[in-house]
Amino acid sequence: MKKMRLFTRVCLSVCLILFTAINTWAAKEIKIGVIGPMNFTQGQGQWNGALMAADEINANGGIQAGNKKMKIKLIKADSNEFISITDAASAMERVIAYDKADFIVGGFRTEAVLAMQDIASDYKKIFLGCGAASKILCDRVEKDYDTYKYWFRVTPQNNIYLVKTNFAFLHMVATTIRKELGIAKPKVAIVGEKQVWVERIIGAAKANLPKMGMEVVGAWRPSQTATDMVAELAAIQKSGAHIIFTLLTASSGITFAKQAGELKIPAVMVGINIEASKETFWETTKGNGNYVMTISSHARNVEYNELTKPYLNRYIKRFGEIPTYTAGTYNAVKILKQSIENAGTLDSDKVIPEIERYDEIGPGGRISFNKSHDVKWGPGFITSLGVQWQDGKLLGVWPNQWRASKEAPPLTYKGIAPFKLPPWMIEKYKK
Amino acid sequence: MIFNIIISSLINGSTYALLAIGFSLVFGVARIVNIAHTAFFMVASYCIFLCTNILGLNPFAAMMVTIILTVLLGLIIFKIIIDPLREHEAAVLIATVALAMSFQETMLLFFGGVFQSLPYLVTGNMEIAGIRVAYQQLLIIAMAPLVLAAVWIFLKKTRMGLAIRATSQDREVANLMGMNEKGIAMMTMAVSVALAAFTGAVVVPLSVVHPHMWLHPLVMTMAAVVLGGMGSVKGSFIGAYILGFAEALVVFLIPMGAFLKGSVALSIMVFVLLLRPDGLFGVTFEEER
Repeated sequence: MKKMRLFTRVCLSVCLILFTAINTWAAKEIKIGVIGPMNFTQGQGQWNGALMAADEINANGGIQAGNKKMKIKLIKADSNEFISITDAASAMERVIAYDKADFIVGGFRTEAVLAMQDIASDYKKIFLGCGAASKILCDRVEKDYDTYKYWFRVTPQNNIYLVKTNFAFLHMVATTIRKELGIAKPKVAIVGEKQVWVERIIGAAKANLPKMGMEVVGAWRPSQTATDMVAELAAIQKSGAHIIFTLLTASSGITFAKQAGELKIPAVMVGINIEASKETFWETTKGNGNYVMTISSHARNVEYNELTKPYLNRYIKRFGEIPTYTAGTYNAVKILKQSIENAGTLDSDKVIPEIERYDEIGPGGRISFNKSHDVKWGPGFITSLGVQWQDGKLLGVWPNQWRASKEAPPLTYKGIAPFKLPPWMIEKYKK
Repeated sequence: MIFNIIISSLINGSTYALLAIGFSLVFGVARIVNIAHTAFFMVASYCIFLCTNILGLNPFAAMMVTIILTVLLGLIIFKIIIDPLREHEAAVLIATVALAMSFQETMLLFFGGVFQSLPYLVTGNMEIAGIRVAYQQLLIIAMAPLVLAAVWIFLKKTRMGLAIRATSQDREVANLMGMNEKGIAMMTMAVSVALAAFTGAVVVPLSVVHPHMWLHPLVMTMAAVVLGGMGSVKGSFIGAYILGFAEALVVFLIPMGAFLKGSVALSIMVFVLLLRPDGLFGVTFEEER
């Protein structure tokens, strides 16, 4: 009997020691939730970026939070937000309440991120957005700082800046059309999916493109998941558009480019087509995506600064493709590291001022936040790239001698290639 | 503009018609509301993707292999899931919803949410009255009436077709007359699933392959079948073109409301049903029990 008691005590002691050890070990970790549509490329990009940053930081010993050196543990949270906003909210709730994440990075669709943002704010957890573009998300910080100060947008630039970037694309393309084809007033057809972030861009395009010497011949609003764009393409052909200004983030971007390419519609597609920024686009469209131009964060041929090439090489070596903009979670994790180290604690309220003060050069440009916690855009900060498919290669073509204002010096990143019009368009219009 | 609308309507309508014929056939004959019909179309698309992009088969060989494999899958599903539940139509409906979801999740598991695409069966395009039309689109337009004609000949001119028609008129009497009613239902299911696979090979090269691609066509197919009249293959065919026309009309007349094209088409269906509850060519089934 005595032996049994002794055995029980030894067992209990071992359990207690193990429990304490596990807790101590666990306490040495900083948990970062990576939330996004994990079964989709956007979520995979978010996970890959965060994973690469976490591994690099952990390999160098981790994060110095006060007097503790802590390793990063990433928690993957599938938001399923393309299918269900409710799932996205549940995933956020779970990663904070159950997985005990200290910080969260990711989110993609504005509609889902709005719900996630509320939950993160309720729990007072810092949430670094790496996917949703809508300005509304950051407007909330300005309107109700105490509630929404936990939110920062790391990538992409907001829809107002997206408009500016895309107008710069359109200006460059219209100039090329005028110069090469002699068309004084190029016609623009807008094709924008029915999503919140597109609304303001279409309004701005209709108001401003005529001032920029272009004529808007119509705006088509297909569903984000449209499986056929036959009718839209027929209508656009009928309109005689020279430029198709795309605002597409999902499968409709492939369908549209594939069908337009097969038909050899004499117009150039420019704007946002998230699928076109992926290197799989060429194969997915069976080469019909040739000459499509879209916004992207990286291209193999372009260097923003001396950090870009090593970062791209590491990313490509590990994941076999260039990072999409959602892989900006890489920067988000690095921002967290530096801000936690500066604050010396994981306490959100103390880390927030450090993120607000953050001003560092990353592989995609200089990162700093404005008062609404939005990443700053423009020459010297984050600008992103205009990339174009040219015979199977995704090349950076913008900024090429771009002037943000009349007084600003022209900006061209290292490696930028010239923009090209589709040969079948030249054939049709060249006099 | 009218010609553009007509061309667009024909392309959209033919796509829905190809799917609706199979859906209507299996419902009209075996009284199986196979919600998984377009999920078979999705599975077939992935199968073609595997055959062409991974195994390197040419698109036509891939189509043949896919049709065979999809039919086998359909028969297994019929034997294991649908046949035991056939007496309870609501149970079949729910079971096939679950089946479609499980197909979707399986594809998501194996292929992820990455968008894939299939090679064109015919490449190139031509200009008709100022509008460019891809040969693949012309193929779709041609295939829909051809498939309808093939189904019609099969039903009207073959012994199996005669048996199918007899069963569709009265299952119990056909059974009493010595017909293998279960075998006929199984055969019908095979034809229906083969049509779904064929449609995948013809239609999907124009769009993308992904695990959720079955949902929109399902809604439109069901709408075409209901609009045309449940159980009427001819009605489904015509219903499909009406919906295709409504969609094209919305895109051309209300560009900013292009996303509403599906809703408008479905509203037309509801409107027609209010006037003709059996649909345009509704088949009235005899009460069997």
